[in-house]
Amino acid sequence: MATAHQPPSTAPHHTAAGAADTAALESAFDAAVAADERIEPRDWMPDAYRSTLVRQMAQHAHSEIIGMQPEANWITRAPSLRRKAILMAKVQDEAGHGLYLYSAAETLGASRDDLLDKLHSGRQKYSSIFNYPTLTWADVGAIGWLVDGAAITNQVPLCRCSYGPYARAMVRVCKEESFHQRQGYELLLALSRGTPAQHAMAQDAVDRWWWPSLMMFGPPDAESSHSEQSMTWKIKRHSNDELRQRFVDICVPQAESLGLTLPDPDLRWNEERGHHDFGAIDWTEFWSVLKGNGPCNEQRITQRRRAHEEGAWVREAAAAYATKNSERKEATA
Amino acid sequence: MSSSTEWPLWEVFVRSRRGLSHTHAGSLHAPDAEMALRNARDLYTRRNEGVSIWVVPSAEITASSPDEKDSFFEPAGDKPYRHPTFYDIPEGVKHL
Amino acid sequence: MTSAAVPPAPVTPASPDTGTASPTAGPPALHAAALALGDDALVLSHRLGEWAGHAPVLEEEVALANIALDLLGQARVLLSLVGDEDELAYLREERAFRNLQLVEQPNGDFARTIARQLYFSVYQNLLYGHLATTDSPLAPLAAKAVKEVAYHQDHAEQWTLRLGDGTAESHERMQRGLDALWRFTGEMFQPVPGLDLDWQAMREQWTARVTEVIEKATLGVPEGPQSGAWAAGAGREGLHTESFGRMLAEMQHLHRSHPGASW
Repeated sequence: MATAHQPPSTAPHHTAAGAADTAALESAFDAAVAADERIEPRDWMPDAYRSTLVRQMAQHAHSEIIGMQPEANWITRAPSLRRKAILMAKVQDEAGHGLYLYSAAETLGASRDDLLDKLHSGRQKYSSIFNYPTLTWADVGAIGWLVDGAAITNQVPLCRCSYGPYARAMVRVCKEESFHQRQGYELLLALSRGTPAQHAMAQDAVDRWWWPSLMMFGPPDAESSHSEQSMTWKIKRHSNDELRQRFVDICVPQAESLGLTLPDPDLRWNEERGHHDFGAIDWTEFWSVLKGNGPCNEQRITQRRRAHEEGAWVREAAAAYATKNSERKEATA
Repeated sequence: MSSSTEWPLWEVFVRSRRGLSHTHAGSLHAPDAEMALRNARDLYTRRNEGVSIWVVPSAEITASSPDEKDSFFEPAGDKPYRHPTFYDIPEGVKHL
Repeated sequence: MTSAAVPPAPVTPASPDTGTASPTAGPPALHAAALALGDDALVLSHRLGEWAGHAPVLEEEVALANIALDLLGQARVLLSLVGDEDELAYLREERAFRNLQLVEQPNGDFARTIARQLYFSVYQNLLYGHLATTDSPLAPLAAKAVKEVAYHQDHAEQWTLRLGDGTAESHERMQRGLDALWRFTGEMFQPVPGLDLDWQAMREQWTARVTEVIEKATLGVPEGPQSGAWAAGAGREGLHTESFGRMLAEMQHLHRSHPGASW
């Protein structure tokens, strides 16, 4: 007997007599992936596939949770009640998306507490983009347009990821996120067409968020360590550079409609390639932020850890109440 | 760290509208059934996705094993006579 | 924002609705009522919004935001009955706000937030419930909001039970939260002009319900007075507590930095 979330039996895998079985299981797995079938939680899967997925889903969940902070930074200062409602709903969605993704990771036997511990102790990462500060109201718009835009470009292919629970979580996330990018764009448009001070605020935000957004697609293909295997397993369906190019091509005309410029003098249409050429990304900055030297790394993790620690007594209280209550029910039964 | 107080996992099933059955929506953590229902309402029906919710402790679900897939499901695969398309009916016969 | 590039003159505490009247404005008593209820919802929503990113567990991030969004929605409808919602929210001085002092109290720990939610949601549920059955122009709004508020009350009661009857620490914190906010509860039953309700009956119903929940949670009903040294009803008259000024400074600064701008 096994429950829905119990990891599948690995017995055949570990017995000497099971070597042939393992080969058979592995080729069945490869065939299923190749045929675009979904892998479900209790199916046999290679250990590396499992650990890659747990790591990726956890980091994705962590990014949603940490990603609440830069935007929540403006909830109490939102300049109109309409914007305030939109922003609150958006930050709430991010908590929800974190929950969907943690629950997808839990289908592989990971525990959320354990994953949160790894986040809090720095053993698992989150998207580096959230280590940049939100300095003005326009940053809320720039995050919606550029950061969510880049995230959606990354995430839409994940809806067809080979691992069923991840793909299903992403379908839900993408459906809900479509409003996030649009609200960001609309917010920037209002600023761009507003007073000169508002326009300048919008341009400044785009200037600061453009390059970090391009870095969100990860290092260039030549230097990306996990890419190739993830592509074979259909966890990933397009290369970093391919998605980055797609994003740039989408953004250029959108920036024009906004009446804002993108801070790259080398950005121009290349007729021959049918794509926009763009300038060199400062990968030194990328690696430095990733290693913990971004403007907000320390602040983000400290706040997350504090919320968790200060909430411990609440979680304990609810658990204690549940225990008492079930004992009481048993006693009266 | 706090694994001793980690709230149990619950599976959430949502009926999206009357006339449809409950469908698995995902899972969540909650200290007890009452809170699980409320958390499910907040998390899985924020956009009006449901009219009724079930929550079940994940540990209480018994699942068929993928190892038994062949013996469980394949025997049903060679009984095409259970499906209406198995039968040839002359053209023009109605209400059948 | 619908109006001109120049912000209206600061509103004086004595007449909260001058300077912001819109063509849809109704009689003054209705304005006063909508403003009082709208400010309650606006201010409490803001306080709950401060929890974003700080909640004790992720599921509670979602729950608190849901309540904050419901309240903000109520506030927008109510304020729009009086004038331009943004002018009212962002351009009034502290002394022109008509909310209860209870809702402006800082979040404190989770127990104090839950105590505030319990006191207020039981009150709001009774108030909207009764209001929905009157012929007040606010009745349709109350009928819609009462469904939201019933859920807020349920959330507060569930947590009061768990914190009160949870661990020794949570019990102590919950009791402290209830005690600290008790003195702001008397104000709730100060009659609001424009709301034809039986305030004394509401007070009795409120006390009965809150007592039932507190006792079920193995806690004690606070024994102190239900109002401070100031007359009960101070918030409704534009007298607030110190932290409220800072809350407004944060809430209003961006809007006020760009007079007449659209967002």
